[in-house]
Amino acid sequence: MSTVRLGDIAYARSGDKGAGANIGVIAFFPRGYAFLRERLSAVAVERFFAHLNPGRVVRYELPNLGALNFILPTILDGGGSVSLRIDAQGKALGQAILEMPIEAPDAPPGES
Amino acid sequence: MAPPLRIGNASAFWGDSNDAPATLVRQAPDLDFLTLDYLAEVSMSILAKQRQRDPSAGYARDFIDIIRSLAPFWRDGRPLRVVTNAGGLHPRGCADACAAALREAGCSNLRIATVVGDDVLPALRDAHRLDRQTPDFCHLENGGRVDTVIDRVVTANAYVGAGPVVEALRMGADVVITGRLADPSMTVAPCVAHFGWSLNDYHRIAGATVAGHLIECGTQVTGGIGADWLNLPDPANIGYPIVEVSEDGSCVVTKPPTTGGRVDERTVKEQLLYEIGDPAKYLSPDATVNFLTLNVEDQGNDRVRVNGASGSAPPAKYKVSATYRAGFRASGTLVIFGRDAVAKGRRCGEIVRRRLAAAGMAPRRYHVECIGDGAVTGVGGKSSPELMETMLRISVGDERREVVEKFTREMAPLVTSGPPGTTGYAEGRPPVREVYGYWPTLIDRERAPMKVEMRTVSSSHEA
Repeated sequence: MSTVRLGDIAYARSGDKGAGANIGVIAFFPRGYAFLRERLSAVAVERFFAHLNPGRVVRYELPNLGALNFILPTILDGGGSVSLRIDAQGKALGQAILEMPIEAPDAPPGES
Repeated sequence: MAPPLRIGNASAFWGDSNDAPATLVRQAPDLDFLTLDYLAEVSMSILAKQRQRDPSAGYARDFIDIIRSLAPFWRDGRPLRVVTNAGGLHPRGCADACAAALREAGCSNLRIATVVGDDVLPALRDAHRLDRQTPDFCHLENGGRVDTVIDRVVTANAYVGAGPVVEALRMGADVVITGRLADPSMTVAPCVAHFGWSLNDYHRIAGATVAGHLIECGTQVTGGIGADWLNLPDPANIGYPIVEVSEDGSCVVTKPPTTGGRVDERTVKEQLLYEIGDPAKYLSPDATVNFLTLNVEDQGNDRVRVNGASGSAPPAKYKVSATYRAGFRASGTLVIFGRDAVAKGRRCGEIVRRRLAAAGMAPRRYHVECIGDGAVTGVGGKSSPELMETMLRISVGDERREVVEKFTREMAPLVTSGPPGTTGYAEGRPPVREVYGYWPTLIDRERAPMKVEMRTVSSSHEA
């Protein structure tokens, strides 16, 4: 069992949706997508951002793009002009999730 | 098959580069349509405030400067057409100013269309007047009753679709000015008008909606905020996006040659995922779009083809974006340099909190961030002695203006009473800002009838 950094397998973009945010995570390669689909669960993302009160995280799969889309319904503490946080629009969340460590059973997935 | 329609975007939001539209039009001599987006959720409340001070205001004034910058192209005979939501809360006022600018610039033959009807604030007030407990206009996410905010509501605008813009374009409008038009509809409307699609040809409309979604945030699809940003070629000269939409609704995303940035599979996939919810049900007033059938094909040379969009009927109701006054806020910053910078910053946060409480002005909401310590997302923070500097940011929110005012005077004293190495205070006292809450809701389409008003620049009033 080894650990890989999500950013070694995927790239991401985030933005606001009212008081919540979405994070799109896109695998560099098809094998990476299969790995993410198995390992990067809604629960794992919810746990990773627990300190920001993300709410109940929902995950959508986009196999055609090799991507997952996560909705974090309350992560922006009110969002828009209400939130007192410096990242009131969740622009930084995509970069944050790339630091997530993921346990890999075998060698980390590369190009396939 | 008909040649593709070329639609560009050169304004992603109110605050984007004012030079971008003329630059894009110059760089892309074959551009058919230019779309310019100005409205985010809270933009409307800012416009409401401006209109309160001046009844002729309430639209994005930057657009008038942009129209002036485009006039030379029209004078040279370019058949360029513009679709924008710069009208904000006052599309007619925007059209007046636009006509005056074009007249002055010698473009008297152009036709300007104004799309009105998205302002549904009267409908909200009427519903509440008739029944204080009305179930209409409940908060879309938390189900809250409109009764709880109605006295503080500042704006309420329906996200209207392509329909009225198509009508305006078919009547020959060169410039179409709208209020709260859904962003992708700015791209959908030219396609419908140009190719003669029916408004219930949902697969084609879905394709054009995807094209609109891809360019509505400008340079976000040409390498801006992208994964490989640090390796982006010529970033100071980043190109704004163009979609070449085909008659079947598929498109190629590209940018003018000789510009910086990049359009590739990655930049397009990232922007496809930007601010979406359920990818099987992307909701717009024109169609419900399924992103799961999309194909993204990198053709090289900054050209990416996107096809396969499937669509079905749009939601029966319009989404409404309402805003309401929700008190005041301010954020002040200081930089602290030295060992234990974060501990010192936190101590400063405590001091200010205690001073406000001692003055009987404890704010309802108080938030301390030490940037560098993981404040932004909680990920990747450093601590002393690795971290020798931090930006302390204290933010306060309260419905009482005087409490927030008081706070803005409590930061500066730390310059002499705070920790050694306190600096970065040149900005002075932070400004007090009004807070606007966001109230998303729904309205029956019949309750937001749209109207198109046409005029030529030479006539001073509506034709």
